[in-house]
Amino acid sequence: MTDVFPPDTVRCDACPVLCYIKRGQAGACDRYANVEGQLVRVDPHILLDRAKSQGTPVVPFLEREGNWDGKIMKGQETFVTAIGAGTTYPDYKPAPFIVSSEVEGVDMVTVVTEGIFSYCGVKLKIDTDRHLGPERGFVRAQGEPVGHVTTAEYGSQMLSLGGVRHLTGGTKSEGRVTCETLLDLCNAKEVELTIDEGARIRVAAGQPPVVNGQREERMRVGCGSATIGMFAKQWFGKVDDVVVVDDHITGVLSEHQAGKLLGVRETGIAIQGRRSTPGRYFQVAEPGTGWGGTNISDPLTILKPFKPKFAWPHLRLLMVSTTGEQFAYYELDESLRPVGKDLPEALKESVLRIRENCEPALTTVLFMGGAGGSLRAGVTENPVRLTESVKQKLTRVTCGGAPAYVWPGGGITFMVDVTRMPENAFGYVPTPALVAPIEFTLKKDDYAVLGGHVDYVRPLAEVLVEKERQRQVSSLPQNPWPLKPLAGSNES
Amino acid sequence: MREPALIRLLPDGRRLHLHDGPIDLIVEATGSRANVAAAYEAAARRFVSILDELCSELSLLRAQVTENPPRLTGAIAQRMFTAVNLYSSGRFITPMAAVAGSVAETVLESMLAATPLDRAYVNNGGDIALHLSTGQSYLIGMVERPDRPSLFGACEICADDPVRGLATSGWRGRSFSLGIADAVTVLAKTAAGADAAATVIANAVDLPGHPAITRIPAREISPDSDLGNLFVTRDVAPLTRGEIDSAIESGALLAESLCSHRVIHAAAIHLQGHTRVVTHSLDSSLDVSQRSLLHA
Repeated sequence: MTDVFPPDTVRCDACPVLCYIKRGQAGACDRYANVEGQLVRVDPHILLDRAKSQGTPVVPFLEREGNWDGKIMKGQETFVTAIGAGTTYPDYKPAPFIVSSEVEGVDMVTVVTEGIFSYCGVKLKIDTDRHLGPERGFVRAQGEPVGHVTTAEYGSQMLSLGGVRHLTGGTKSEGRVTCETLLDLCNAKEVELTIDEGARIRVAAGQPPVVNGQREERMRVGCGSATIGMFAKQWFGKVDDVVVVDDHITGVLSEHQAGKLLGVRETGIAIQGRRSTPGRYFQVAEPGTGWGGTNISDPLTILKPFKPKFAWPHLRLLMVSTTGEQFAYYELDESLRPVGKDLPEALKESVLRIRENCEPALTTVLFMGGAGGSLRAGVTENPVRLTESVKQKLTRVTCGGAPAYVWPGGGITFMVDVTRMPENAFGYVPTPALVAPIEFTLKKDDYAVLGGHVDYVRPLAEVLVEKERQRQVSSLPQNPWPLKPLAGSNES
Repeated sequence: MREPALIRLLPDGRRLHLHDGPIDLIVEATGSRANVAAAYEAAARRFVSILDELCSELSLLRAQVTENPPRLTGAIAQRMFTAVNLYSSGRFITPMAAVAGSVAETVLESMLAATPLDRAYVNNGGDIALHLSTGQSYLIGMVERPDRPSLFGACEICADDPVRGLATSGWRGRSFSLGIADAVTVLAKTAAGADAAATVIANAVDLPGHPAITRIPAREISPDSDLGNLFVTRDVAPLTRGEIDSAIESGALLAESLCSHRVIHAAAIHLQGHTRVVTHSLDSSLDVSQRSLLHA
């Protein structure tokens, strides 16, 4: 396009029409507008306005946005969350909705607001033993650094994405891509990430991770040594030695305590790597996306020649990974060299058993954000009192109705499993920052005590009928009902 | 960032709401429960790719139709082109003039391809595609101003009528208009045909150069409007009865010509409380009540 538009024209990227929107105007959809040079979402009130002027009762939106999964959504019971509530940030004034309702005879207040989180990020737990990248390595989306590789925990690799340094501390493009990546991950969409000196992964909340084009199916049952311990009995007598290949600890049956106890004969096997305790080896290979999270594709490369003093021709050897996904069976020839053979029937079951005991590999996405002072000021005139009330468990924090874990210590830093939140609960502002719903629920008496904006408390029914900027979603059965009086509240 | 398409049932549990970018459809089918479900599923499946399909050749769809027709690939795009091509000689028109009706028709077709239905409609912001099986009918209300919904007329469309599409255009609507009609509602064989006709008739309802009319180049409001720098109507001050009649007359002349050529079935032109109905037959299916005529 050769046209030159005024500098305050924005291009909307909410849909492929990609409207150019002039200041004060809305795009073709009437849902996005240019307000003071910023792209802002304005909710479509037209249908509701019409319903009002025709005198029919306004029914709150039963809105479930999302890519179509083949089901047509149907509203269940009414449930107010902060999603779409808007925010009063950065003004020091009451939150958009402060709603009272009576629950089991107790007056409860829910302060409902959408928080703008430029101090936020996501923690990814990726169930895989494959090497995703070195610790501290950059995680990139569209080439921009959006986070880093952090610790490896049991059977999983953790990534830490976002945070203020990527959102606003880097280049404009870094911030934009970080925001987009976090938004997609929080809304359970698939994101492709590359890790410096590591793998290319595709991840989505609640879905198996895809590492270098390969979908992870299973988490390992344990390390190689643990696997030997679990399955030694099933192998005894059916095979002379077993090597369980694992990036962390590779186990060898004949040397392992479990083998010794059963009376497994020494086989003269010799393994590359650093021996820890008998039958347990560290660093048999480099980390990678091959067998058991190592870089090997041919397991024989971790074997040194068998010791002739102990080994014998026709010795039977099983090599298997910690997930049972890879396995190989060998017998030694006359010169004590392993020769590949088909896996005997008697051993198939044990390999399948390993696989069966490996749980489905998933990617889990935790959104983590800190409720800043101005957000808390929307709840109470004295923000620190809200923090105290949350710490004392007088106030419950939920995100779109999902339970949030509040990290002990200063401030209100919380974590929430995004799959427990309604679909597409997150939004963004071009700052860039994420917009996440947050609700604070507490007893009405307690609310008054902590300096809440009691004058702004309105009954639930009134809010439901009057306010158009509302959506209705169905509550997920695994979540506790956010309005249920808190366990600790009787102690106050 | 791309927002996903919205597919949901409205709170009444009967109507389907499909939304994607600027496309917003209300769909209702009647028939057996299983057939309605199948129809809604087919509608949703077709719907989710429509916006991308249109946007892939958006620049061609926004270009004026001339003697050298553009090479459009999408089925909806071709439908749009066919609907507007009729009006292209001596007039500025782009395929976008028929986008709403064409989308409505396409979604309705996908439903009927999936399952038989007693009746069904796809309403794309007032541009509506209809299906009526034998003996069925729809009662349609007409609204003068979208911001002030009050019916100024109604019409019944029966299975025997040659009408399966209706559309409304006017300067108060979401799209720009070159004319001053508050609303022109057209009944035609197809929704795309009705959409294109309503656009051109509404453009024709005009008082060129009249000082009561505020016009602004389309691009000053919407930089990528298909109307480019053509002046579009932004406000119309109260007109005298004579001026209203004269403006309606120019639109009615075009509507009559389209009726007589069987391009459309009927048109209702509404301007500042006055309505003129044009049909090609005497048995008018359009009923504009006197009471609502007085409403201004």
